[in-house]
Amino acid sequence: MNITLRVWRQKGRDDEGRMVTYKVEDVNPDMSFLEMLDVLNEKLTLSGEDPVAFDHDCREGICGACGVVINGVAHGPENTTTCQLHMRSFKDGDEITIEPWRAKAFPVVKDLVVDRGSFDRVIQAGGYISAPTGTAPDAHATPVPKADADRAFDAATCIGCGACVAACPNASGMLFTAAKITHLGSMPQGQPEREARVINMINQHDAEDFGGCTNIGECAAVCPKGIPLDTISQLNRDLLGALASSKPE
Amino acid sequence: MTELYTEGAPIADEKAPAGPINERWDKRRFSARLVNPANRRKLSVIIVGTGLAGASAAATMGEAGYHVKSFCYQDSPRRAHSIAAQGGINAAKNYRNDGDSIHRLFYDTVKGGDFRSRESNVYRLSQVSVEIIDQCVAQGVPFAREYGGLLDNRSFGGVQVSRTFYARGQTGQQLLIGAYQALERQVAAGTVEMNTRHEMLELIVVDGRARGIVARDMVTGEIETHFADAVVLASGGYGNVFFLSTNAMGCNVTASWRAHRKGAHFANPCYTQIHPTCIPVSGEYQSKLTLMSESLRNDGRIWVPKETGDQRDPREIPEDERDYYLERIYPSFGNLVPRDIASRAAKNVCDEGRGVGPGGLGVYLDFADAIKRMGRPAVEAKYGNLFDMYQRITGENPYEVPMRIYPAVHYTMGGLWVDYDLQSSIPGLFVTGEANFSDHGANRLGASALMQGLADGYFVLPNTINDYLADGPFDALDETTPEAKEAADSVRARIDKLLSIDGERTVDSIHKELGHIMWEYCGMERSEEGLRKAIDRIRELREEFWTNVKVLGSNDELNQALEKAGRVADFLELGELMCIDALHRRESCGGHFRAESQTEDGEALRHDDEFAYVAAWEFTGTGEPPVLHKEALEYEYVEMKQRSYK
Amino acid sequence: MANSTLTKQRSEARRSTVALKSAMAVTGLILVLFLIAHMYGNLNVFAGQETFDEYSHHLRVLGEPMLPYGGFLWIMRIVLLAAVLIHIASAVALTMRANKARPVRYQARKPVQQTYASRTMRWGGVIIALYVVFHILHLTTNTIAPGGASDSPYERLVRGFQPENFWVTAIYVLAVLLVGLHLRHGIWSAAATLGLNREGRRRTINTVAIIVAAVITVGFLLPPFSVLFGLVG
Repeated sequence: MNITLRVWRQKGRDDEGRMVTYKVEDVNPDMSFLEMLDVLNEKLTLSGEDPVAFDHDCREGICGACGVVINGVAHGPENTTTCQLHMRSFKDGDEITIEPWRAKAFPVVKDLVVDRGSFDRVIQAGGYISAPTGTAPDAHATPVPKADADRAFDAATCIGCGACVAACPNASGMLFTAAKITHLGSMPQGQPEREARVINMINQHDAEDFGGCTNIGECAAVCPKGIPLDTISQLNRDLLGALASSKPE
Repeated sequence: MTELYTEGAPIADEKAPAGPINERWDKRRFSARLVNPANRRKLSVIIVGTGLAGASAAATMGEAGYHVKSFCYQDSPRRAHSIAAQGGINAAKNYRNDGDSIHRLFYDTVKGGDFRSRESNVYRLSQVSVEIIDQCVAQGVPFAREYGGLLDNRSFGGVQVSRTFYARGQTGQQLLIGAYQALERQVAAGTVEMNTRHEMLELIVVDGRARGIVARDMVTGEIETHFADAVVLASGGYGNVFFLSTNAMGCNVTASWRAHRKGAHFANPCYTQIHPTCIPVSGEYQSKLTLMSESLRNDGRIWVPKETGDQRDPREIPEDERDYYLERIYPSFGNLVPRDIASRAAKNVCDEGRGVGPGGLGVYLDFADAIKRMGRPAVEAKYGNLFDMYQRITGENPYEVPMRIYPAVHYTMGGLWVDYDLQSSIPGLFVTGEANFSDHGANRLGASALMQGLADGYFVLPNTINDYLADGPFDALDETTPEAKEAADSVRARIDKLLSIDGERTVDSIHKELGHIMWEYCGMERSEEGLRKAIDRIRELREEFWTNVKVLGSNDELNQALEKAGRVADFLELGELMCIDALHRRESCGGHFRAESQTEDGEALRHDDEFAYVAAWEFTGTGEPPVLHKEALEYEYVEMKQRSYK
Repeated sequence: MANSTLTKQRSEARRSTVALKSAMAVTGLILVLFLIAHMYGNLNVFAGQETFDEYSHHLRVLGEPMLPYGGFLWIMRIVLLAAVLIHIASAVALTMRANKARPVRYQARKPVQQTYASRTMRWGGVIIALYVVFHILHLTTNTIAPGGASDSPYERLVRGFQPENFWVTAIYVLAVLLVGLHLRHGIWSAAATLGLNREGRRRTINTVAIIVAAVITVGFLLPPFSVLFGLVG
């Protein structure tokens, strides 16, 4: 099949960007979306034109590196990561618009590549359990009810791709932050730091210039890992509790 | 063959203590010198790579109070490819009370590695495995649990006990996120300085010690020099030399290869693991292969039609016209034989013309019986995400049609040579995880890679590197130090060269061609004739690369083609060494199968009298014959015998 | 985590986006309660002029003699005014933040999940606020008196919604529909913000939001339509 692409090209962080149109011919429906971009880049290279930069690594939907907005939807029409989207989801003659994640907290580095360092800094603010190596008790010392473990796992599947931010009308990073709060807060090991964690992570979230959440739900709808929207409610509950708490520091 | 390599003096691991095997690790920890906490602040360590081995080491060393500089090529340390490991992590906890023990894990791993690994190292790995699970649980890793709240286990290929801990099909992700969080905690604490989107391009060796690296800032193109008292490479394996593999697109050998060129021995490069359960190739455009967790072999049954060229829908092939060949050939392990054996068996049935799917390169992995026995919801709960992934990639529904699988390059057991302390042949250069060669011999058992990465990073390296650092801090260096300047200049010259060739071929097209050569001649079955051909073709291809590659753009920007070009250039050198290693090892062992060395019924035939050694290669120049140093392997606790899983 | 800085962090978190939207949620729910009471009052119109005017008068003497004449009403007005101001101020702050958080717009944008109600929150809110001003000038202070001023609240209502003042009814209906949409998303959002959304509860909260929004919308539309079609008056 033949596809027309409209791709965002931007030389560097401080340069102006623009949409550029390319034609890609003989696309195989079993190709992944990124393999289609590989084909485009091979063609561009041979014709002496700078290939399109895009982030990608594992290409099996788990590392979270890839992610572009395809026809206005983060990761495109299939509710999966961009690397797991296949061209069979499109038809011959389609025009596909490809843009980077757009958020102040995710500045464009080049073309479709953005800097998601803000996510790492949100984790640095408290997205962990302090368990220095060697201090751990036996793994069976604290049983974890299966329901809690499952809840923690559902939230822990977040791959940090940033689709939630890209899709949010407010460019909020709340689903990402909430997933970590819920993961760690659902485990007994996560309780001692629970209040400090939510307070510090929210402050960092806001400091990174993410927008606020207005419970619209676009984030969870595009999340390739199906992080539930109710994790945000969990975060709110934890934060309000932590603010009301009079626990001394 | 001597024209391809020369033989040098034998080497030995001088750090492993003698005495009873279960006391060696204790002995070494006691004999290793310590660094007092106040002095640790004055000592710095560079750690390249943030996968399980790198992130866990960086976090632990940071906690201990060292100044750590961590590097990764990805935009975040969380993306390292350890994240893609699906199945699980082994530990000799014996929570199932099924006869497991440290000694049994040790025995299984030595046997699984086909008697080409070191007993001392493997025993230590088994001892430490127990602590890893405790550590990860304390970090909040959401392992699978039973209704009673205790940890669940499953069994994995090559063993008969249930010792594998898992987190659905995303164990690697959960363990890596645990290590990543511990790492970010140290970044916040100021003990670890994180450098993302940085690629190590050269090692700096001063006065015989590894003292730093040259790294390229992949966003600005700046060539930076970084110094430290020790350098740790946790930069992963080199499976991408095959172009198509289950590795991430960015996985590369450059950090290891640059160190090798500076004097670090490269051990057993030909030991490659071909994983039996991957999704088959669908076309020439294919950029990578996707693994389906080996855990699928617990409940799925592998078969091909008995007749060659049977084109029927698999569901219409009656039971007595199917060949469940693993169950037939290996009745006691059945579908759970180790990976090397399962892969080669698949290759054999496909070579006989009984393969299924496009090009006849596939076998069925059938869950019909499991669905009948356990019910679909149970199968869904256990394997749902893997089935979804399969369906997304192939467009076929595995609940209804048997999956098609085929072996693919997955892991490289070879790597930089290290001693018991994980120190390479360059003092001050340590190597952990898949990047080193030490624990898996000629074949790695399932769920052992995560175990080794975390063992090295959390528990081994932090207890051995201090013996080296106790001599530090070493002299302060800067960019004007001749060795550092020479290293940075050589990096710049190489980049300039790559950008100036402006030939006719893209980096990917050359990489693909290299991959074809490697897969054809240095893949699942190797022969003298094929390997010689491969060496010639790799040399030609390397020549073509350096005269005809086309890399656009400049150095001072994000330039993904330039990044790839540098990596492929190193693969083109590594590929040759792999073939030389494969050629010199005229025996079959584990993942290395030489057509000339097989038993009557086609099983791998080792020659312990000749080849019970580690082949550690010394670099002498591009295209020049490398020097082979042999490290003899001695088995005191496990009797060497031909493996049998029948 | 260094706990020594937690006090400072806590006070910073009191100004966070989550705190802002919590303030919106609480004030919004106060306004919903008011709307329900207001709607109940309005529906007294069907019991005739005497009952309606009596109800209106009663609001002023409620709490007497503990409170002075009109005291309860003024307390309520102050609470409502404060709620409205906090609600608007938080909304403005969050909107400005959201605009800043995405400096470059998408060229193509396709919503996957969002409802029409959630999309109209901001402009709808502005229109509702403008309408409230008009509404007070019309029916409370009677400064704007279509059909003629009157001391009887019942008369004001009936005169205002006569067919010849069709524009008054039109504005009113538009505003009430917008209130309905605002509540549809607002009630859900407030509940989620205050932490009520849990596994499997999303649908329930949304159903409640839809029912409350629908009841309030219909409840407010009944009196003017009844006047318009001559069923009342």
